[in-house]
Amino acid sequence: MTSEHSAFGLRPSATFDAATIAGIQRAARTGVYHIRGGGAKRRVPHFDDLLLLGAGMSRYPLEGYRERCDTDVVLGTRNARFPLHLDIPVTIAGMSFGALSAQAKEALGRGASEVGTSTTTGDGGMTREERGQSKHLVYQYLPSRYGMNPADLRKADAIEVVLGQGAKPGGGGMLLGQKISDRVATMRTLPPGIDQRSACRHPDWTGPDDLAIKILELREITDWEKPVYVKVGAARTYYDVKLAVAAGADVVVVDGMQGGTAATQEVFIEHVGIPVLAAIPQAVRALRELDVHRKVQLIVSGGVRTGADVAKALALGADAVAIGTAALIALGDNDPRHAAAYADLGSAPGCYDDYQDGRDPAGITTQDPELAARLDPVEGGRRVANYLRVLTMEAQTLARACGKSHLLHLEPEDLVALTVEAAAMARVPLAGTSWVPGGEW
Amino acid sequence: MAAVTGDSVTSAVAVDLAETSVRWLNAELHNPTASRYRVLAPRGAHAIAAGLRGEVTVDVYGHAGYYCAGMNDGGTVTVHGSVGVGVAENMMSGTVRVRGDASQSAGATGHGGLLVVEGNASMRCGISMKGIDIVVGGDVGAMSAFMAQAGRLVVCGDAGDGLGDSIYEARLYVRGAVKTLGADCVEKPLLPRHREELAGLLAAAGLDHDPAEFRRYGSARTLYHFAAHNSAAY
Amino acid sequence: MCGIVGLHLRDPKLFPRLGVLLETMLCQVAERGPDSAGVAVYGDRRRCPDGHAAVSVLDTRPGLAEAVGEQLPGVSDVLVTTAGDTSVVAAPVSPAELVSAVRAAAPGAVVVSSGTDLTVYKGTGNPRELARTYDLAGASGWQGLAHTRMATESAVTAQGCHPFSVGEDQCLVHNGSFANHATIRGQLRALGVHFDSDNDSEVGARFVAARLAQGDDLDKALRLLCERFDGFYTLLATTGDGFAVVRDAIACKPAIIAETESWVAMASEFRALAGLPGVEGARIYEPEPERVYAWQR
Repeated sequence: MTSEHSAFGLRPSATFDAATIAGIQRAARTGVYHIRGGGAKRRVPHFDDLLLLGAGMSRYPLEGYRERCDTDVVLGTRNARFPLHLDIPVTIAGMSFGALSAQAKEALGRGASEVGTSTTTGDGGMTREERGQSKHLVYQYLPSRYGMNPADLRKADAIEVVLGQGAKPGGGGMLLGQKISDRVATMRTLPPGIDQRSACRHPDWTGPDDLAIKILELREITDWEKPVYVKVGAARTYYDVKLAVAAGADVVVVDGMQGGTAATQEVFIEHVGIPVLAAIPQAVRALRELDVHRKVQLIVSGGVRTGADVAKALALGADAVAIGTAALIALGDNDPRHAAAYADLGSAPGCYDDYQDGRDPAGITTQDPELAARLDPVEGGRRVANYLRVLTMEAQTLARACGKSHLLHLEPEDLVALTVEAAAMARVPLAGTSWVPGGEW
Repeated sequence: MAAVTGDSVTSAVAVDLAETSVRWLNAELHNPTASRYRVLAPRGAHAIAAGLRGEVTVDVYGHAGYYCAGMNDGGTVTVHGSVGVGVAENMMSGTVRVRGDASQSAGATGHGGLLVVEGNASMRCGISMKGIDIVVGGDVGAMSAFMAQAGRLVVCGDAGDGLGDSIYEARLYVRGAVKTLGADCVEKPLLPRHREELAGLLAAAGLDHDPAEFRRYGSARTLYHFAAHNSAAY
Repeated sequence: MCGIVGLHLRDPKLFPRLGVLLETMLCQVAERGPDSAGVAVYGDRRRCPDGHAAVSVLDTRPGLAEAVGEQLPGVSDVLVTTAGDTSVVAAPVSPAELVSAVRAAAPGAVVVSSGTDLTVYKGTGNPRELARTYDLAGASGWQGLAHTRMATESAVTAQGCHPFSVGEDQCLVHNGSFANHATIRGQLRALGVHFDSDNDSEVGARFVAARLAQGDDLDKALRLLCERFDGFYTLLATTGDGFAVVRDAIACKPAIIAETESWVAMASEFRALAGLPGVEGARIYEPEPERVYAWQR
């Protein structure tokens, strides 16, 4: 609505706002639901609704830069012969070659490796570029099993069994034909150019009792060397985490509803799952009740953007976080310098979410060779590494202010909430009070 | 190596799972010190001979559990009994033969190699197959070849409901009755080149059916591009 | 999310071995449900003598026999056997009378089965140890089943264990998870049905019991269950003379049936059947989706 409208006393509906009206019009025009990329765009309670309690008289802060605040984390200590030792607790989430260009995958690998953390494959197999450039590479094991092969499984540093993701817990996938290039098609054993559907359930197991047997098989194939992660979209997180542990996971990955996707129905992205803020305490509670907190590690993702988000996630009990959307932004996604190109696509910097479309002006979510060539993997890797360093330094700054000599020493007692909603979800007191809404678990 | 003894009759190394763990067996098979192995007393254990790489021959005497010969890449595995869920799942190459029946998801997502089930295979046989050849001597259960991408599935008996639902480019040959076809799966003409292909698969499986007795099924390719009028099929 | 085993004996010569066979089967599915386990035996005359009713109750207070006896004037031989969390009370009265007497004698205790043939044991912990606690190997009878549980959304307690036995001599065990049980629970509650746990499987058991009470047979009750329940399930349901298996339409949760002239058995995995006598010659198959497989004594 413009000020011109209000000057005439015109009043748009809060229920039928501009985006809603456009959505109805689009549905009536096309007869197909809206598929897009990215994560939930609506505002939900988030890390911004929490604050850290810095030191004062009752506690002593640590000096920046000089007094140590370590950042390393070990993932997969429960069963694997070779757990992952990461220098920082910020990892790159799974995003497929197919959803992203080979250059983007390589850049993520380069960036992660430079700062000693891991990157993750996606629904489409492992490319030589990302394996070659990734010091620590997590190989996703998905329902489609596109490109899955035992040789790559043995090359991986960890295996992530994916049940779901935050953008669409309970949903499968759909990669539209314009992104199925010859190389993507070959890796997925599909005809080029067709719309490719991914199933929502695994083809050869369903449920935690059978997952336990699947994990056993994966361990047998890889001689019990590699940590096995289990990734779930945040929904019934308390139960899902308990069952992931029961099924034998070494690491549980919980992806909140703000987590992104390459292509999913808008209605799914916005209306299924819970915010990462609400999911972390549930996951931690499940782990504590099983007496495996810090023994089975917890990685959380979904809307992590800043070192503050990292510090708060760790304080709530996560062992590490994963970033996806933020890493793409670091690579150049939604950069204002592409404003004209975004306008041609009916979008704008800060709003671009047509990752399904394959015409990404930044050359990241595309298989078009000309567009993809716009991203220099070396330069992209440097940007990702810079960003990861900033996240880490920011988190250290906050942790030192709380008197912590390691990021993982942050604890829920270092947090308060700004809103009643956030206090209830995060299970921390409303700022200035001792009130945790919702009472005991 | 208490449980491992040389077998003078077959010159195969015998591994008795009543005394030895599957974990030990698989570690041995991944870096084999012999070319032939006999696995005794499997009693439904899981992941037997999973992750074989390269030429090694394994005979399993008895019934195996889930994921027997999973992700096989070059091995020759024969189960003289029945197998649980996901036999030869994601096989890359090699041969897996089941003398008895197979449970669900036999040959799931397999990329290559030959899986022969001499008895029946239950539901979801060949689900998401990606190039594997599967020959079933008896029947297959419902939802077999669901989202099958590539490879050939030969069924000498009957097929259950929803055969080939959402199929891509895999070719299906069925000798008996098909209860129902799944979305986008249609009968296609059995041309001479298909008979020839089928004859080769039957011969490889050691079966002597006449290829002319089979019917061929494959994708109508109407789901290859997302469209509103197909919404009932998604 | 669990492991199921069940054995229906046709050959009376095997009756004395029921417990041994069932224990072997149970141990083979222990990993599928390491949290807790339950066992049901039909015809174990050690604990439910001929002419007696038996009531299993999650209560081990001392003096239970005397307390129940006080509720049953004129009945002299109240037999109580306790194993783990469960006590089995037997007396030569009707099952309904005995249930009333047990409830009066042990207020607040949870009754987990009743009948003239059936004894049920439930407990948390390793299924192998629980089988020893129950002295399952010593049980005789003509039919039995066992369940190991990996709890999905409800608590790991003895109360949450399967089997759910909510009608006389009836049992139901479940592997999977119902997706609309809250609605059906509400509908049954509106009809006056009482629930003992928050377990989704109990809703299935109560639904079947309500249908049987209305005169349906096991086959029809399970077919109706398939119509009404969403979710993934392999179910084994038993009555005083029946044994039935059904799976949902998608049939992802495993099940295997083996039959010989001497017995019918079902289990989540073949390995549970591997030790049965004559299994080499058994007809072994997997139940098809939404088809009820039922056997009558």
